[in-house]
Amino acid sequence: MTIKQLSVFAENKSGSLAKITDALEKAHIDIRALSIADTTNFGILRLIVDDPDKAYDAMKEADFTATLTDVIGIGVPDEPGGLAKALRVLEDASVSVEYIYAFLGVHDRTAYVIIRVDDNDGAEKVLESAGIRLLRPEELYNM
Amino acid sequence: MDRTFSEIETAPRHEIRALQSLRLSQMIRRVYDRVPLYRQRLDEAGIKPDDIRSVDDLPKLPFTYKQDLRDSYPYGLFAVDRSELREIHASSGTTGKQTVVGYSANDLKVWGEMAARALVAAGADKTDYVHVSYGYGLFTGGLGLHYGANTLGASVIPVSSGNTARQIQILRDFGSTILCCTPSYAAYIGETMRDMGVKPSDISLKAGIFGAEPWTESMRVQIEELLGIKAYDIYGLSEVMGPGVSYECSAQSGMHINEDHFIPEIIDPETGEVLPEGEEGELVFTCITKEALPLIRYRTRDVASLSYEPCSCGRTFVKMKKPAGRTDDMLIIRGVNVFPSQIESVLLTQPGVTPNYQIIVDRAGTLDTMEVLVELSPEAAFDTVRLVEQREKALRAAIESTLGIAVKISLVAPKSIERSEGKAKRVIDKRNI
Repeated sequence: MTIKQLSVFAENKSGSLAKITDALEKAHIDIRALSIADTTNFGILRLIVDDPDKAYDAMKEADFTATLTDVIGIGVPDEPGGLAKALRVLEDASVSVEYIYAFLGVHDRTAYVIIRVDDNDGAEKVLESAGIRLLRPEELYNM
Repeated sequence: MDRTFSEIETAPRHEIRALQSLRLSQMIRRVYDRVPLYRQRLDEAGIKPDDIRSVDDLPKLPFTYKQDLRDSYPYGLFAVDRSELREIHASSGTTGKQTVVGYSANDLKVWGEMAARALVAAGADKTDYVHVSYGYGLFTGGLGLHYGANTLGASVIPVSSGNTARQIQILRDFGSTILCCTPSYAAYIGETMRDMGVKPSDISLKAGIFGAEPWTESMRVQIEELLGIKAYDIYGLSEVMGPGVSYECSAQSGMHINEDHFIPEIIDPETGEVLPEGEEGELVFTCITKEALPLIRYRTRDVASLSYEPCSCGRTFVKMKKPAGRTDDMLIIRGVNVFPSQIESVLLTQPGVTPNYQIIVDRAGTLDTMEVLVELSPEAAFDTVRLVEQREKALRAAIESTLGIAVKISLVAPKSIERSEGKAKRVIDKRNI
C-alpha cells in the first residue's frame, strides 16, 4: 500500500523550479506535499500530487528527468512524540530511513508523514503491528 | 654563430637536400619490402621504389594518417621484427585505443641525438644538470629528454612529474640547471616557489625546454620571470619520434626541424596540395631514417608554416612556426591529448545519461581544468542526491580512465546544453592560448 512520489531533477539555475511548477499547472496537477534535497549544483524535488501518473507523463513531455518512487505514508497524532514513536518502531526493526517529510492534515489533528525506507514491505509490517496508521494512496491524492 | 650538437645543423642547403634525397630513396625501398600497407599503397598508386630518387619525388607518395596507425594497432606498420625492437611507447588515441610506436637500437640513438641538439640549442653542455619533469613511461616526453641528456653527456635527474614541493627541493639541493617539462607545469612550479618564498636566486636553473602543449609568448615571459631562466620551445609527436623533431634556438623565432631525419612539408588539408614557403597549412613529416616505424608523409593535423630564411644562430635547418591550431578537434589538456569523441563513446556505455555533453576547458592559475557537462536521460531514476552523486562518480571514473586525466563531471537537465543550428557546441575553451 505504498504511495507514489514524483521526484524531479532540477539544476541550480534561476527558473528551474518555476519551469517544473508551470508544467504541473498546465497538466492541472494539484500538489499535496513537497520537499527538496539540494546541493551546490542541483536539487531533487519530491512531490506528492493528486495524480502521480499524469504528473509523471507531464514531466516527460516537458523533457524533465523524473521518476516515480514507492514511499510509505503514515498518519500520526499531531502532538509531541507523534513522529518519535513511528521512528522508534522503524529503528527497532532495523529499517533504514532514506529521507522524510511531513505536513499537517486539514481536517483532523493528524500529521501526515512521507517516509522513504530501504524495505517497504518490512516497514509496513512493523508500523501496522505497532498500531500506526498507514495511509492509503487515495487518501493522500484526494485530500 | 651558436654552438651546435651536430655539424649538419649548419651544413649548406644543397648538402642537406642531397642527404635527404639519398635517405628518402633508401627508406622507400625498405618500407616497400617490409611494410605490407605501404607496399599495397605504393602498388595502388603505381609507384615503384625506383621511381623515388629525390626529395622532388615526395609529392608522388601517398599520405599516412593516424587512422592507419589505429587500424594496424599495435605493431602492423613496424618495419623490424621483434628481436630488433628495443622500445615501445604509446600516446592517447580515440576510443581508448592508444597509438603505439616503436624504436630500434639505432632509432633510440638518433632520438637521443635529436634531443641533445635541442638541449645544446638551449645552451646546455656536459656540465649541466638536466632536470626532467615530464612524465616517464609510455609517454615519450620523459625518456626523450632523458636520452637527450645522456647523449649530450650532461647529468640527468629523472624526477618525472608531480609532487611539486619535492621538485622545488630538488631544484634547490641538486643544482638543476636545465628544466624540461610542460610549460603549464613550469609556470605552476614557479608560482609554487613564489608561494613558498623561494626566489629564482635560490635555485640554479638557467634555461628550460618546454613542450607537449601549446603556449603563448605571454606564458613564456611569465615562466622566465617566475623561474629566472630563458624558456625554449620544443616540438615533437610520438608517431614521428617524440620530443626533438624540432627545437628553438637563441633567435627564438621558430623551431629548427631536424631535416636530416624528418622531411617536412606544409599541405592544404582539404586538397593535399603542397603549399609554398610561408603559407600556413597542415604539417606533414616523412621519417627517412627510422627503422622500426618509418612513416611516409605522416599528416600531423598540426597547422604551421615553414621558413628557409637564414637564422642568426647559424643553423641552416628550416624553421617551423609554433603550431597555430589543429585540423581536427583534439585538445591538449595539462599536456595530454584529449579527443572530445572519446567522451561520447564512454557516455554511450553509461546508464542514465545521453551522449550529449559539453566540455568546458579553462585555466585556473597555470593548470588546465576540464569540466564535462553531461545531459541526463529523462529516464534516469533519481529520488535522492546520493544516487545522483553515485552516477557522477561512476561517470567520472569511466571518463578519467579513458582520457587519462582528472576531470570534473556535472550532470545537467535534459536538453539544457546549448545547440546552434541543430549541432551542439561540444567544446568551450576559455583558455587564452
